Amino acid sequence: MAPLRRALLALAGLLLLSLAASAFQSDELLLNDDEEFEGVGARPSSPLPPAAPAVSSRRRSADASSTGAAESNAMQFTLEHDLGAGKGFVPAGTFSARLKTSAHGTQTLTKLRFTRNELAEDDKDAFKKLLQEDGFYTIRLPSNVLDTTRKDNVVSSIKARCIPRDSLDEHIVIHMDGVNILAVNYGSVGGCQYPRPIKLPSKWTFNSYTILKTAELAPRTPSFADQLIEADNGLGEVMKPPEKSFWAKYWMYIIPLGLIVMNAVTAAANIPEEAAGQGQPGAQRAPAAARRR
Amino acid sequence: MAAPPHHSLLILLTGLLVVAFLSTLAAAIYEDQVGLADWHQKYIGKVKQAVYHSQKSGRRRVVVLTEENVISSLDLRSGDIFWRHVIDKNDPLDQLSLSLGKYVLSLSSGGTILRAWNLPDGQMIWETNLQTSTSSNPQLHVLSNNKVAKDNLVLISAGRWMYAVSSIDGSISWEKEFSLDGLEIKQVLQSPESDIVYAIGIAGSSKLALYHLSAKTGEILKDIQESLPGGLCGETVLGSDNLLVALNKARSSLFLIDFKGDRISYNKVHISDLVQDLSGTFKLQTVSNGVIALQTFSTISLLKLKGTDGLEVVQRFDQPAAVSDALTISEKDDAFAIMQHVGSQIEFIVKFTNDVSSEIIRENVNIDQHRGNVEKVFLNSYIRTDKSHGFRALVVMEDHSLLLIQQGEVVWSREDGLASIVDVTTSELPVEKDGVSVADVEHNLFEWLKGHMLKLKGTLMLANADEVAAIQALRLKSSEKNKMTRDHNGFRKLLIVLTKAGKVMALHTGDGRIIWSNLLPSFRGSRFGGMPSALRIYQWQVPHHSIMRENPSVLVVGKSGAESSAPGVFSILDSYSGEELNSMRLDHSLVQIIPLTLKDLSEQRLHLIVDSNSNAHLYPKSPDSLNAFLHEMSNLYFYSVDIQTNVIRGYSLHKSCDVKGDEYCFSTKELWSIIFPSDSERIAITETRKMNEVVHTQAKIIGDHDVMYKYLSKNLVFVATVSPKAAGNIGSALPEEASLVAYLIDAVTGRILHRVTHHGAQGPVHAVLSENWVVYHYFNLRAHRFEMAVIEIYDQSRADNKDVMKLIVGKHNLSAPITSFARPEVAVKSQSYFFTHSVKAMSVTQTAKGITSKQLLIGTIGDQVLALDKRYLDPRRSANPTQQEKEEGIIPLTDSLPINPQSFVTHSHQVEALRGIVSIPAKLESTTLVFTYGVDLFYTQLAPSRTYDSLTDEFSYALLLITIVVLVAAIIFTWIWSEKKELRDKWR
Repeated sequence: MAPLRRALLALAGLLLLSLAASAFQSDELLLNDDEEFEGVGARPSSPLPPAAPAVSSRRRSADASSTGAAESNAMQFTLEHDLGAGKGFVPAGTFSARLKTSAHGTQTLTKLRFTRNELAEDDKDAFKKLLQEDGFYTIRLPSNVLDTTRKDNVVSSIKARCIPRDSLDEHIVIHMDGVNILAVNYGSVGGCQYPRPIKLPSKWTFNSYTILKTAELAPRTPSFADQLIEADNGLGEVMKPPEKSFWAKYWMYIIPLGLIVMNAVTAAANIPEEAAGQGQPGAQRAPAAARRR
Repeated sequence: MAAPPHHSLLILLTGLLVVAFLSTLAAAIYEDQVGLADWHQKYIGKVKQAVYHSQKSGRRRVVVLTEENVISSLDLRSGDIFWRHVIDKNDPLDQLSLSLGKYVLSLSSGGTILRAWNLPDGQMIWETNLQTSTSSNPQLHVLSNNKVAKDNLVLISAGRWMYAVSSIDGSISWEKEFSLDGLEIKQVLQSPESDIVYAIGIAGSSKLALYHLSAKTGEILKDIQESLPGGLCGETVLGSDNLLVALNKARSSLFLIDFKGDRISYNKVHISDLVQDLSGTFKLQTVSNGVIALQTFSTISLLKLKGTDGLEVVQRFDQPAAVSDALTISEKDDAFAIMQHVGSQIEFIVKFTNDVSSEIIRENVNIDQHRGNVEKVFLNSYIRTDKSHGFRALVVMEDHSLLLIQQGEVVWSREDGLASIVDVTTSELPVEKDGVSVADVEHNLFEWLKGHMLKLKGTLMLANADEVAAIQALRLKSSEKNKMTRDHNGFRKLLIVLTKAGKVMALHTGDGRIIWSNLLPSFRGSRFGGMPSALRIYQWQVPHHSIMRENPSVLVVGKSGAESSAPGVFSILDSYSGEELNSMRLDHSLVQIIPLTLKDLSEQRLHLIVDSNSNAHLYPKSPDSLNAFLHEMSNLYFYSVDIQTNVIRGYSLHKSCDVKGDEYCFSTKELWSIIFPSDSERIAITETRKMNEVVHTQAKIIGDHDVMYKYLSKNLVFVATVSPKAAGNIGSALPEEASLVAYLIDAVTGRILHRVTHHGAQGPVHAVLSENWVVYHYFNLRAHRFEMAVIEIYDQSRADNKDVMKLIVGKHNLSAPITSFARPEVAVKSQSYFFTHSVKAMSVTQTAKGITSKQLLIGTIGDQVLALDKRYLDPRRSANPTQQEKEEGIIPLTDSLPINPQSFVTHSHQVEALRGIVSIPAKLESTTLVFTYGVDLFYTQLAPSRTYDSLTDEFSYALLLITIVVLVAAIIFTWIWSEKKELRDKWR
C-alpha cells in the first residue's frame, strides 16, 4: 500500500509542478539568460540573501508562482559614462529590471535589460580622441538601485582601445548584493592585446552583454567521519590489488640477479682460460731471457 | 620458498619509504640542535611603574609594570628576568603595588580586576573581580597600618566606587558606592594616627568632594563638598598630608586645597606668577611632603608648598630632566632623585625633601647618545658597606630602554624598545674583503695560540670549568654564523627593526646581538603631544654590480603628528653603520606609501607617497628617477582601502598636479570602485602578495599528467568582509546573523575574480596570499570551531597549451604579454578545514627561487609558531585519492588540519604577545629565515623540504676525506704494483 501511495503522491506533485509551470510562461526576449532569476529560488529554510545554486528554470518558475508572496516592481537605473572630454559623467544607457521581494523580505533584481543611448556626433569625436591618446573609458552605476538619493557610485574603467571590434563591444558584469550594487566590471568582449593598436569601429553602436552576479556559497566541509569509515571498510575489498604473477612482481629483482650470476659464471669460465693463455707466452719468453744471459 | 624472504625485503623497503616520507613531513629538530641556528630574546617593554622590594625582604629585586602589559620581576644586580607575566591586551594593567612584603598586587581593566602574585616566583595567589564602572584612572592604595585590621586591607577606587580587599585572600571586606553623580575618586590617603581614610574626588567640572571613611567598615564619617570657582580640569596631585593641589579648567592656575580641617579651605595661585616662560602643556608630579614638580617640555621646576598660602620655586632645571617619587629613608627623612642632561652626560642628583637646597649625591653618568632623554626615574636606596645610605636608580629612557645607575655608572641596561617592534626589513652584510693585513695577524697570533692551547686542554679533558666556558665563548665568537660579512648561503644578514619609540636597530641573524642602533632625531618630539610616529621601514638602496662599493640604505617613513593631515617625515639611514644620511620633512601629508619596483641609476628604489588630497609624490626627487618613472607611468595603478566607508578604489596616475611647478607631483584619476553595502558587510582584512615573492613555475602538473596553469597576477588582492553584527567578539552574534564574504579582486581593473560567502562565519580573519592561492582563518559559529579555508585560482585561458606540437611550432600564448584589461578566464578551487587554534599572525615561507614547497607559519594563541605544510591545505584533497593522486602527493581528505607537536618551529620557546612573523629567503634555495616578534624576539632557519641542496652540519667531512685519501692511495699503489708486474713480466 505504502509504495503505491507514495507513487501517487509523487505523480500528483509532478502534475502540480507542471501545471504551475505552465501557468507562467515568459515570452520575454532575454539578452542573456545567465543569472537574472537569481534569488527567486531561495529555499524557505535559508534566511540569508539568496545565493542560489543553479536550479532549472522550470523549478524556479514553479517556486515563483507557488509562493505567491513575491511581489515585483519594474524599476530603472541609468548607466553613466565619462568620455574624458571634460564633461564628466553623462547618462549613456538605461537598465530596466524587475524588483522581486521574496517571502523573507529580501529584495533582488531579476530580468535585467539594458538599452544603450545612441552616441551623438561629439561623443564619437570624444571617443576617437580617447582612442588616439589611449585614455580610459569610464562608466558608473548607482551603488543602490532603490535609493538613488545616495550619491555613491560604483565606477569601472577600461582602456578605450580595448572596446572596438566591428562595433563597440562591451561586457558588463554587475556584482549584486540584494539591491546593492557592489561593483561593476566593465570590459571588452574578447581579449585585449598588449600593446594596444588603434582601431576604429566600423559601426558606432554599442553591442552590450550584461551579467548579474551574486555571491556563491562556500563549499562546506562535510563531516567526513562517516565517509571515512565507509571508505575504510570498503578499502579492504575494493583496493585489494589483483594477484599478479610471480614474474610480474619480482622481475626487477630477478633480472639484476640473473645478470650478476651470468657475470660471475663468465668470469669463472675466463679465469682458467686466461691462466692457460698467460702461461704459454711466459714459458716462451723465459728461454729468451736465459739466452741473453 | 622464495616468497617469505622477498616479503620481508618488501616490508623493509616500504618501511624505509614510509620513514623517508614521514621525515619530509616532520621537519623537527633534535634536542642538541636547539640554539644552533635559532635565538630567543626576552623583553618586557617600556617600564611605566616600578616597585622595589623593601629592605627587609632582602632580595635585590624590582617589580615593574610596562606599557606592553607585562608585569615582571627583575634582578637588580644583572637586569635578568626572574619571572614575567604578559597580560592580554584586553585587560590593561593600571596599577602595581606590594603588600605584606610577599605579594605583588596588580589592578587592571580600569579597576575591575585585582590580582595578587607571589613575589618570589610570580605565581598567582588570588584574583578578585570588582563591580565598578570602569574608570580611566583607578587607584590602588595599600593600607600600611597593621593595627587597622588583622589582615592588611587594600583600597581600590575607581569612578565612584571604593572597595577594601583583604590582601591575604582577596575577599572583599567592604564596598562603598558614593551617591554623588559623576564622581571620580582622585586621591585616597590614610591618616597616620587614626583609622580614618580620606577619599577626595571630583564630580563634574568644578565640584570637589571629600569623604572621611572608617577603614574598618567603610562607613562615611564625614562628607564635605565644595564648588571651586573656575572649574577643575581633573588633574590633581597630593602636596602633603593635608594639602591637595588641583589644576583649574583653563590650566592656568593651581588651587591649594586644605582638606584636613572641618571644611575645605583653598587658595588660588597663578602658574605664570611662579614660572615665567610657560609655553605649551605641562604636567604636575608629586615629589614628596610639601614639594611638587612642574614639568614642561624642556624644564622642571621644584615648587615648595607653604601651607595654603602659596608656593615658591625652589629650584629650576632648564635641561631635559626627570624627577623621581619620594623614597622614605628613615622616620623623618624622605629622599628624591633628579636626572638632568648635562652635555653628553646625565647628572644624578639625590636630595632630602626637608632640605631641598642641599644635595646628598651628585654624580655624572656617561650614557649612550642613542638613548635620548630620561623619561622616568625610580629611586632606591641601599646600605653601603660603611653603613651609610647609598642610592641607585632605575632610569627609563626615551628609546624605552631601562638602565640601572649606581655609583656614577650604568650597571646594566635592557633594550626594551625591542618589545615594541613596528616594522622589519633586512639588509645584506658587507662582502668579505680579500687579504688580511699583517698587523692583524700578528696581533691575533698570541690570541690564536692561546685559543689553541685552550682547545687542546679541552680535548684532553684538562680544562677546568672557567676554561670550558672560555672555550665555549671562543667557539661562539669565531663561529661562522656570527661573522660580520656576507656568507655564501645567505644565512648571515642584518635584521633592521623599527621600534615604536622611533629607534632603528640592526640585529645580527647569527646571535641576535645589536650591531647598531639609532634613535632618529627627526622622529623625536616634545614630550606632551605632537609626537611624530614612525610608521614603516623600507629598503631604500640595495646596490648591485655597478655601484657595489656603496653601502645599502633603508628608508624610515613617519608622520609628524597623529592627525591624517600631518606632514610626513623621511629619514634615510646607512644599513651598515646606522648613520642618518638624510632626513627631510615633507611638505605634504602621508596617507599611503607605495614602494615601486623601479630603481634609478644609483639603484635607489622609487617610492610613491599618496597624500590626503589624492596626489601622488615621487621620491627620490631626481631627474633620473623621474625619467624611469615617466617611462612606466602609464602602466602604474594603485588602490586604496577605506575601512571607515567600506570602499576600495583604484587609481591611475596623470602628469599634472595641483601644485604648480612641482614635476614630481602627479594627480590621480579614479578608475574603479567597489562599495561594500555597509549594512551587510564590513571590511575585515585586505591582503596582497609579497612584492619580493618569487614563483618558480606557472604550471602545475597534476596526477594524470594534465597541466593546470596558475593565475599568477601581482595585482591580486584578497578582501574579506564580515557582517557588521559579527564584527565584535566571538559569541556576540548568532550564526544566522554572521557571514563572511571572501573576494579576489584584480587591483588594476577592479574586477571581482571570485566571490564566496561563508554563512555562520565571523572574524577575526587572518589571511595569507601567495602565488595563486589564499588561505584565510576565521571562526565557524555553526561548528563552534575555527576554520581555515583555501582558494586556489587557475588560468583557464592557457589551459589549451598542452599540445607539445603547438609548443614546438610556437603556437602557444605562454610568452604573450598579459594585460589586465583582457577578461581573464579563471577557475577556482576551494576547500575549508577545521583548525584547532585561534591565530595571532599568519605568514608563508619565502625561498630564493620558489622551488621549495611552502609552509604556512601560524602564530598560535599560545605564542608559538606552527609550520603547516601547504599540502594539507590543498583544495584537491579528496577522501579517496586515486593512485595517481597519491603519487602526486595528495593527502587524503580529513575533517581538520593535523597539528604535529614536532612542527612547532619555536620548539620550547614562547614568543610572548606575538605580533608578526617575517620570512626572509636565504641564498640557499632550501632554506628560509624566519623572524618572529612580539614582546619577545625569535629567529630560526627553516627548511620546508629538508636541506636537499647542502650537506647537513653533522656530515662527516673527515670520513669523506679519509675515503678519498684511501682511494687515491689505493689507485697509486695498484698502479705501481701493476707497473712493476708488467716490468717483471717483460723481463721474463
